Amino acid sequence: MGTPTPAPEPHTLAKELGLTPEEYRRIEETLGRVPSTAELGSYSVMWSEHASYKSSKVHLRNLPTEGERILVGPGENAGVVDVGDGHAVSFKIESHNHPSYVEPYQGAATGVGGIIRDILTMGARPIALLDPLRFGDPADPTTRRIVDGVVRGIGGYGNSIGVPTVGGELSFDASYAGNPLVNVLCVGSLPADRIQLAQAESPGDVAVLIGQRTGRDGIGGASVLASAEFREGAEAGWAGRGHVQVGDPFAGKLLIETCLELYERELLSGIQDMGAAGIICSAAEMAAAAGLGMRLDLDLVPVRETDMQAWEILCSESQERMLALVSPERLDEVLERCGRWGIDATPIGEVIEGDRLHFTYQGDVVVDAPAKSLADEGPVYERPVGVWAHPGAGEDADAAPPPGDLEAAVRLVLTDPDIVPPAWVWSQYDSIVGSATVQGPGGSAAVIRVTDDGRGVAVATDGNGRWCALDPETGAQLVVAEAARNVACTGAQPIAATNNLNFASPEVPAVMGAFAGTIRGMSAACESLGTPITGGNVSFYNQTGDRPIHPTPVIGVLGVVDDVAQARGIGFAEAGDEILLIGAPTRPGLGGSVYQRAVEGRLAGRPPAIDLPAERALQAFLVEHASALASAHDVAAGGIVTTLVESCLDGGLGAVVTPEPEVEAHQWLCSESPTRVVASVSPDHLDEVTAALEAAGVAHRPLGWVTAEPTLEVEGVLTLDLDEVASAQATSLAHALGDVDA
Amino acid sequence: MRVGVIQFPGSCDERDAVRALSHLGAEPVLLWHGTADLDGAEAIVLPGGFTYGDYLRTGAIAQFAPVMGAVADFAERGGPVLGICNGFQVLCEARLLPGALTRNEGLRFIHRRQALRVETPGTWLDAPAGAVLDIPVKHGEGRYVHDDPDGLAAAGQVLVRYCHADGTVDDDANPNGSVAGIAGVTNAAGNVAGLMPHPEHAVEALLGSTDGAKILGAVLRAGVGA
Repeated sequence: MGTPTPAPEPHTLAKELGLTPEEYRRIEETLGRVPSTAELGSYSVMWSEHASYKSSKVHLRNLPTEGERILVGPGENAGVVDVGDGHAVSFKIESHNHPSYVEPYQGAATGVGGIIRDILTMGARPIALLDPLRFGDPADPTTRRIVDGVVRGIGGYGNSIGVPTVGGELSFDASYAGNPLVNVLCVGSLPADRIQLAQAESPGDVAVLIGQRTGRDGIGGASVLASAEFREGAEAGWAGRGHVQVGDPFAGKLLIETCLELYERELLSGIQDMGAAGIICSAAEMAAAAGLGMRLDLDLVPVRETDMQAWEILCSESQERMLALVSPERLDEVLERCGRWGIDATPIGEVIEGDRLHFTYQGDVVVDAPAKSLADEGPVYERPVGVWAHPGAGEDADAAPPPGDLEAAVRLVLTDPDIVPPAWVWSQYDSIVGSATVQGPGGSAAVIRVTDDGRGVAVATDGNGRWCALDPETGAQLVVAEAARNVACTGAQPIAATNNLNFASPEVPAVMGAFAGTIRGMSAACESLGTPITGGNVSFYNQTGDRPIHPTPVIGVLGVVDDVAQARGIGFAEAGDEILLIGAPTRPGLGGSVYQRAVEGRLAGRPPAIDLPAERALQAFLVEHASALASAHDVAAGGIVTTLVESCLDGGLGAVVTPEPEVEAHQWLCSESPTRVVASVSPDHLDEVTAALEAAGVAHRPLGWVTAEPTLEVEGVLTLDLDEVASAQATSLAHALGDVDA
Repeated sequence: MRVGVIQFPGSCDERDAVRALSHLGAEPVLLWHGTADLDGAEAIVLPGGFTYGDYLRTGAIAQFAPVMGAVADFAERGGPVLGICNGFQVLCEARLLPGALTRNEGLRFIHRRQALRVETPGTWLDAPAGAVLDIPVKHGEGRYVHDDPDGLAAAGQVLVRYCHADGTVDDDANPNGSVAGIAGVTNAAGNVAGLMPHPEHAVEALLGSTDGAKILGAVLRAGVGA
């Protein structure tokens, strides 16, 4: 006992753990002595970029986070919003980018497991997953291997635990070649009065470790994988153990059911999952949040390997573990409930007065540090903010001449890997378990029933690295607007958002310039569209060698719908219905478009500008007049021709439309200018809809009508055989990805 | 009518089965795998999922759960038992149904809407032979194998086969390489049935199809007759 033994060669160890000399000095100053090895390990993971947000904090403060529906905002494991009638949903997006490059299957699987536990920790039953995925060039064999592993990993974990995978994205760009983006959003449902908090309550409460045994997997994952050293280490072939955690979906499933039982019986006074940074993180955060301390005896931690060091036990990222705080009189029942589910539950310490973490191991004190210094008082950096300038951004995207063969160009767009519906991916996911998936993959947004009387949520994720590379601030606005518009297209009212900010090194001023611009754009759009950010994730150091990924904010927007049976789909409903373009006229907008890549083979110009008040008016209209429209589908990647084809194919119908004469034909078909929705209306409702659009001041224009024939006729421009398009799409991605059974 | 839905560790679709049975007017009750007691149930459903993680062969461990002894006795006495997906796998492992289920031919998990042709309605189906049902499949190990599929059919033990929307049974309609396109079978006595498709996910038009009611609804009547 006594004080922890000083680490031998602490400066060298600190450096190896990724702590800067200044950070090391602060640790010594906080403790008033040389830290122990366990303490150094603890500070290194807690002060890592991943756990502390040290480079992003000063910018994230500018995001709007408040709204009348927000029950829990950023800072907890996940946001919680009120969906009415005493029901709430929790939702958040997380990334598992680096692990998914190192080991695609386990990286993706544990990404799913991790975000599910965040939602579970809030007291919610996880009810839906969405996976926005970004990979390198699909023609590259490495990309194919990573895509296959990631998709199998998501399915392998998600399918086995009874949480449906209901949507997401699949996008490709060479900038993600050595650094795929694997983001996962989870939604959970809970009674509004049963929110659990990751906070200690009273001294004497027992700390109970629930779930898997602790091993050496994933040690230092948070500090190392998401760090500057990752690339060099990965390329050199790591001498040590793999840093990627290994998932056990069965244990994850048991943890879900066990925790829900503990919540229902109100047996816990606090709970925190163990994701990045392990036991040290859970203990420090729960103690710090309450201004209390915690005593742990690390000898009691069940381990699955021999001779583990104290720092290894503290920092292990072994999966499927939770740290629960339980008042002593409820301890027996907690242990009995866990035992019934066949899950390990072990008391390892208790909440104590004071503010310190006091951990012992093999007869020695190994950690004696203020909890807040680890959890809340990590370094905050004002990284230099430079100018993000894409080399192509100065060009005029819309000045290029029209293509020689417009129909061939349109076919290239429709078979682009970002446009083709990734049915072969969806078919590997269970999207229906839970009996709540009213709209699954393939719609504007997933629509999930939450209550038996039909109240539900709509959720969409969107990102667009090409727009954001050309202009991060505008790109972020467009991405938020698109996700919210997708939600509104179903008739749901967008109420909140979660963000996954995928960027390269924050130590590069230009990257921080892109980051700062992204936050500005995102703040403006979230503010304007009424979707405050309730939580999310920042993932830095996404680069291949020195080559950064495109700045890629991915946004998840959640909306509420009173009756899921009334939710609107994207498919045309009946031949003879009128087709309208509502929101804004089509404007030139090929900067960063799919057309530009597929046809011109470049990335240049600026993304189209967005008028946020017009966007807000469009979305309000879509929500208020949900029942008057037969279908609604937004115009985004691939332009209006993509939207029309999807609405036709989804409805098994065709269409005849007249293009707007104000723009050139290729622009009309493929421009990605925002604030546009293609809606269909039965002739009976047309006058009512038109009058409502006029009254709301929302721009609108008749485009044509729905037909029974499987063709899309764009008058005076081209006619597409939709069966042919569908079959070309069905084979194109399969072709691009090689070994897939489409 | 009281229907017991067995909850194993790793079951995923037990709440769906309960919901669907309630929707059809039954009184479903969850039965815990560790208790050898059927709680007065007049019919038993083994739901889908990944019992014990299915890290060994699917259903290989669940067959030894204490409740399975009670299920075997119940089946022996002629009580109706239906296994769905993982429940089908468990019943095959427990030798309450003939044949076995192995990894899908394509070695991938597959989820899709699936047309099924009714072969032998028996007491299990509210649809005539030859009728086509629309019921989803979602599984990684659903390839049915049996040494004598023709004999099985001749004995009236083939419940449904994978088919096209027009009822044609061929390899293209077969999602997993099952022998003779077999999607569901019964035991010789006809009171135990299993199928890979999920009727409990097809009882509400809002969620895509109501054809599952033609199977689950029959479970209720099968129970009454027992």
